[in-house]
Amino acid sequence: MSDYILELKGITKIFPGVKALDNVHFSLKRGEIHALMGENGAGKSTFIKVITGVHRPEEGEIYLNGQKVVFKTPKDAQNMSIAAIYQHGTTYQHLSVTENIYMGHEKLTKFKTIAWNKMHKDAKALLKRLGSDIDPRSIMGNLTVAEQQVVEIAKAISTDAKIIIMDEPTAALSKRECEELYRITEQLRDEGCSIIFISHRFEDMYRIASRVTVFRDSQYIGTWGVNELTNDELISKMVGRKIADIYPKQQLEMGDEIFKLEGLSKLGYYKDISFSLHAGEILAMTGLVGAGRSEVCQGIMGIEKPDKGSVYLDGKKLKIKCVKDAMDAGIGYFPEDRQKQGLILDWGLGDNVTLATLEKFTKHTIINRKAERQKAKELLEEVKTKALSVFDKASSLSGGNQQKVIVAKVLNSDLKVVILDEPTKGVDVGAKAQIYEIMSSLAAKGYGVIMISSEMPEVLGMADTILVMKEGRVSKIFNDCSNVTQEQILEAAMNV
Amino acid sequence: MAKEIIRQAVSADGTRTIQAERSFELKRFFLQWEWMLVLMLILVNIFNISASPNYANVKGILNATRDFLDKAIVVFPMAFVLMLGEIDISVASIMALSATIMGVVFQTTQNMVLAIFAGLVAGTVCGFINGIILAKFPELSSMIVTLSTQIIFRGIAQIILETQSISGFPSWFQQVAAGKVGYIPYALIFVVVEALFFAYLLHYTKFGRRTIAMGNSVTVAKYSGIKTDRTKIIIFTMVGLLSAVAAVYLASKMSSVRSDVAKGYELDIIAMAVLGGISTSGGKGRILGASLAILVIGYLRYGLGLINASSQIIMIVVGILLIVAVAIPNLKGSVGQANWIKNLKRMFIKQKN
Repeated sequence: MSDYILELKGITKIFPGVKALDNVHFSLKRGEIHALMGENGAGKSTFIKVITGVHRPEEGEIYLNGQKVVFKTPKDAQNMSIAAIYQHGTTYQHLSVTENIYMGHEKLTKFKTIAWNKMHKDAKALLKRLGSDIDPRSIMGNLTVAEQQVVEIAKAISTDAKIIIMDEPTAALSKRECEELYRITEQLRDEGCSIIFISHRFEDMYRIASRVTVFRDSQYIGTWGVNELTNDELISKMVGRKIADIYPKQQLEMGDEIFKLEGLSKLGYYKDISFSLHAGEILAMTGLVGAGRSEVCQGIMGIEKPDKGSVYLDGKKLKIKCVKDAMDAGIGYFPEDRQKQGLILDWGLGDNVTLATLEKFTKHTIINRKAERQKAKELLEEVKTKALSVFDKASSLSGGNQQKVIVAKVLNSDLKVVILDEPTKGVDVGAKAQIYEIMSSLAAKGYGVIMISSEMPEVLGMADTILVMKEGRVSKIFNDCSNVTQEQILEAAMNV
Repeated sequence: MAKEIIRQAVSADGTRTIQAERSFELKRFFLQWEWMLVLMLILVNIFNISASPNYANVKGILNATRDFLDKAIVVFPMAFVLMLGEIDISVASIMALSATIMGVVFQTTQNMVLAIFAGLVAGTVCGFINGIILAKFPELSSMIVTLSTQIIFRGIAQIILETQSISGFPSWFQQVAAGKVGYIPYALIFVVVEALFFAYLLHYTKFGRRTIAMGNSVTVAKYSGIKTDRTKIIIFTMVGLLSAVAAVYLASKMSSVRSDVAKGYELDIIAMAVLGGISTSGGKGRILGASLAILVIGYLRYGLGLINASSQIIMIVVGILLIVAVAIPNLKGSVGQANWIKNLKRMFIKQKN
């Protein structure tokens, strides 16, 4: 019998236009806790989906107990005793704990009705085994995040899973809850399960894992024993790439302060966010996913109103109740989710471009459609949208081109401050470079630019000031970016 | 200013031309849903003419409209509600409550103008209540909220009037429904003007464009700086006001008010809008289509009345029509641009797969 319970060799997964995994290797020993690490977008999530049968790789082989297997559906992987606990819970919030545990493999009485009493009893026993006294009849949504995770683990072991994958289980837990999770994880290991533990937190890895595998840019970097590597070595393995010269950053004299945040807070999302922005400055907000970056900007825009704090523009305190107020004041927001927040996919490009600025084309209450189309045409041509006419539906464009349509839409209003939320997410390199150029010339024209980004090279390549957020707070602000390294940023984002 | 920046940003590589106009295409022109409605209207009228010889003249055709003008008044604001992706099934109850208030005020003051004013205010308030509930609690569906207010408004009307009816309105008031310019009823003129106004509002103004945007995606609308709550409240209030106007017409037509007037009207009103190509999931449709659909369903009902069809039969026919209307455009794509001929084929001819 093979030493390894699970082995993946040469896995390549291609999504349209992107190699999400490129010749990746991975091996899991029987009864080990194996940490998988990498930056956002390194391919960890895709990798898990390959193991659990959600995605089928284009190339590569999977061995289970030394035998070659092919997972056609997630059900196949489940039958092979593989279970995953995802970062964003896949639980049914309105159902009971028991129902969540036994969803899909309910226990039946001899009359083929659901054996509620037996299921409740078994659920109780399972939870007890994990050292938890959660009432199996309670509603999932009423439990804390940590308790919900225990339920998900119970669900995994109720299917007799031998390989359990945990995707950032500690991201939303307090210190004590983490300890509890470590204990359960170690217990599972001692009972013979093999665990793949994905985390951004170094302390998790050092505390429980015996080996660590690092992915970077969809590629396999290596596997080491946890004690073989120092912290710094590990970080440089995770980051270690050169910044390409696609960043047309101009060195500018910064102007006066035009925008200022003071103590912006929203309970449960972010706290005491203060920073200032000058004319011609590009400020990058970075941090791990879920650190509260987008939420802060939505607070500025009045989409989700903050509880406390104030926003100043040109020294005047703004009263922002809704997006319209922010836009009228001169703050533009380029949303992260272009399909859900930025564009009406069923509409033509022209109507999308002018939606936020209809009053510019309105005379005597009537929209001048000809002028509107003409303006849209000009804007779209200038951002080099690949489209034939302004009547083309937004849904017919590629991601990068959709992004350009939103650029045109945002820039049609008269702004002083532009907030760009992950402007290059899911965009090909060529379109990226164009978006950077637009950003750069915005700054040159005296706008204040706030860019939310998770991509380190882009942050280092474009920003004058880097603001790092961690768990809803400002962790560090680098005012002089000339000597900042990726390691320093990652350190501030993770606080290792 | 922004424009300039982009030009600088991308001037390095070549230019690209995007068409801002599109040429007239005969095929696209005739694939519009409205042609289907025109066809239906012609068929219905052929049927009506064969059913009654008295019908086939200008006077008869215009007179028949008085049968459904009360519903027609509410169809246009209802189209706005459907455009939002919402629904308002309380309209008939708003009509009843407005009529009741009007009757009671007339009974106590004997002042008809004041009574009409009170009725209009009552309807407007009802619509505003619907709107404010839906704006403040976005997690509630409009179906449930207006189902509840439907019961509440009708209930209030019944408490006020019980089973009695109020009549004895001044003779000039009867002219609201009965009066004509030549052969044309006053109310028809009102509805035509109303249709033009709503077509202008939906298709030519910011308000209309924003309404359509909200029907497509409330989130995008919000991110684009549209005051979504306010728009919702305005539209539901508009429905309330025009329901009250319909109630005034109805009271004049029947020269009395009771608390059970207009029962079941909401279904016909919604049916007219939906047959007209207004999508119930929001964001699609045209006032022209709704106007034609009013005539189709209105004349169909009138014609079935001519041959003394029972009201049950009428309901069945309208029901079938509605399913066809909803099914054809929804099989593929959007109303207006949908290839309804292809979809008809898909409905009735089995496809090879």
